[in-house]
Amino acid sequence: MAGAAINQGRDSAEPLISVIGLYKAFGEKKVLNGVDLEIARGESLMLVGGSGAGKSVFIKHLIGLLQPDAGHVVVDGVDLTLAPPEIVLELRKRFGMSFQEGALFDSMTVAENISFPIRRHTSKSAEQVSARVRECLELVRLPGIENKMPSELSGGMRRRVGFARAIALEPEILLFDEPTTGLDPINTAAIGNVINQLRTELGVTAVTITHDMNLATKIADRVAMMRRGRILLADVPERFLKSKNWFVRAFLDGEVPDETQEEKS
Amino acid sequence: MVEATPRPSGPMAWLDSFGQFIIQVLDDLGRFFYIMASSVQWTFRRPFDGGELVRQMVRVGWDSVPVVFLTCLFTGMVLALQTFRGFERFHAEGFVGSVVALSLTRELAPVLTGLMVAGRVGSAMAAEIGTMRVTEQIDALYAMATEPIQYLVVPRVNASILMLPFLTILGDAVGIAGGWLVSVGLFGANPFLYMDRTFQFLEINDVTSGLIKAAFFGLILSTTGCAKGFYTSGGAEGVGRSTTSAVVTASLYILLSDFFLTKVLF
Repeated sequence: MAGAAINQGRDSAEPLISVIGLYKAFGEKKVLNGVDLEIARGESLMLVGGSGAGKSVFIKHLIGLLQPDAGHVVVDGVDLTLAPPEIVLELRKRFGMSFQEGALFDSMTVAENISFPIRRHTSKSAEQVSARVRECLELVRLPGIENKMPSELSGGMRRRVGFARAIALEPEILLFDEPTTGLDPINTAAIGNVINQLRTELGVTAVTITHDMNLATKIADRVAMMRRGRILLADVPERFLKSKNWFVRAFLDGEVPDETQEEKS
Repeated sequence: MVEATPRPSGPMAWLDSFGQFIIQVLDDLGRFFYIMASSVQWTFRRPFDGGELVRQMVRVGWDSVPVVFLTCLFTGMVLALQTFRGFERFHAEGFVGSVVALSLTRELAPVLTGLMVAGRVGSAMAAEIGTMRVTEQIDALYAMATEPIQYLVVPRVNASILMLPFLTILGDAVGIAGGWLVSVGLFGANPFLYMDRTFQFLEINDVTSGLIKAAFFGLILSTTGCAKGFYTSGGAEGVGRSTTSAVVTASLYILLSDFFLTKVLF
């Protein structure tokens, strides 16, 4: 049973994020079917799985963008499903999130996008803000594009600007929805380095959705496989890569899984 | 879990679709009032964004000046044309100025301004916020601890409530001028007598009630536009649906509420 395996490899520290029995359906489509997961403070978790497995929906629950049909998400002692909106809003200041397609504000320049959370939640001076914007752009290897509009950027560039915006406020908890999909290997490595740097320097907790197993082994403390709205397996990368689970094997070896095996496992 | 309910067939089908329609209408009204209530609530919370309010006031107010100007000018002109032809039959041409002024201030200027701004600005609000919804920009706002109602809806609604009365004053003035132009220019009315008659029966209440109506229409058109945008789903097609629906719904609400407002205000 997968349930026994989900918290393997996690150290015993108090979890920063606890997800308990999460269910979510859109109309008749059941997307999450009872997700249980604990994420420790300072941990870097990689979430992998096929398209439509419910990864993006899951990650949106962690920051309260979606309300579950059943179950709880507890972040640092606050239950997002029960807390009043003001508390949730306050809690979100500790989060940074990047979205699959960037989700940049298309009425604003790149610099205005990245500085949005800084201007909104701190009283930093204009010089400090533009210095931070420059710094963030350098981290994602896009220096000097401050004054461009999002519509002038390629998809990969938009995604990296979205990443820069997510880290601009130096938040404690980072959620990345496919930050490296569609990026070339060099830029993928750069994003990986930034995530590692944030972990060592600031001790951030990160949840990253990816399809890139190389990245997963490079920056993850744990890798979790999601399938049909459940966590199939979560373990340290070394053990994850050696997993005998038929679906994980197929995913890692890049083969079409033999669905008839599901009943047997 | 919820099972798919089979749709009835035969004579029950119309009852089913009628029920669906009622649900849709109630859904729409619920969202409208929810957005309205939350925008009132978020107006009084920090942080206050004065710059965005001014930007929206320019978009709603200043940028609408040409369309309101033309609409009310021609409405005033056609009103004079029609009433002159009609009143001629019982030799009451002298009262054209009064009729034009009363119709414009009490009714036509606020309603036409409301409808034109709903078409110009309400639709743009639905398209803009709807696009933000389908491209996850609204989610991004939430994720950056920013309430989208406060950041997007509050300045648009408040700017509309503030600017519609000003546009209506402009419409009143331009419409009356249009009536004067036609009466004096085409029908050879005495320019001073016409002006005299225009203000003879006009009371301050005629103008203020029109302005109060205009502020309400501003509230209605912006709330409808924002609500339609906020609840958009289904990509580019959904944005198109929301935009059309924002204009149609706002125009309907304006015309329906006009009756009740008039009943209350006069």
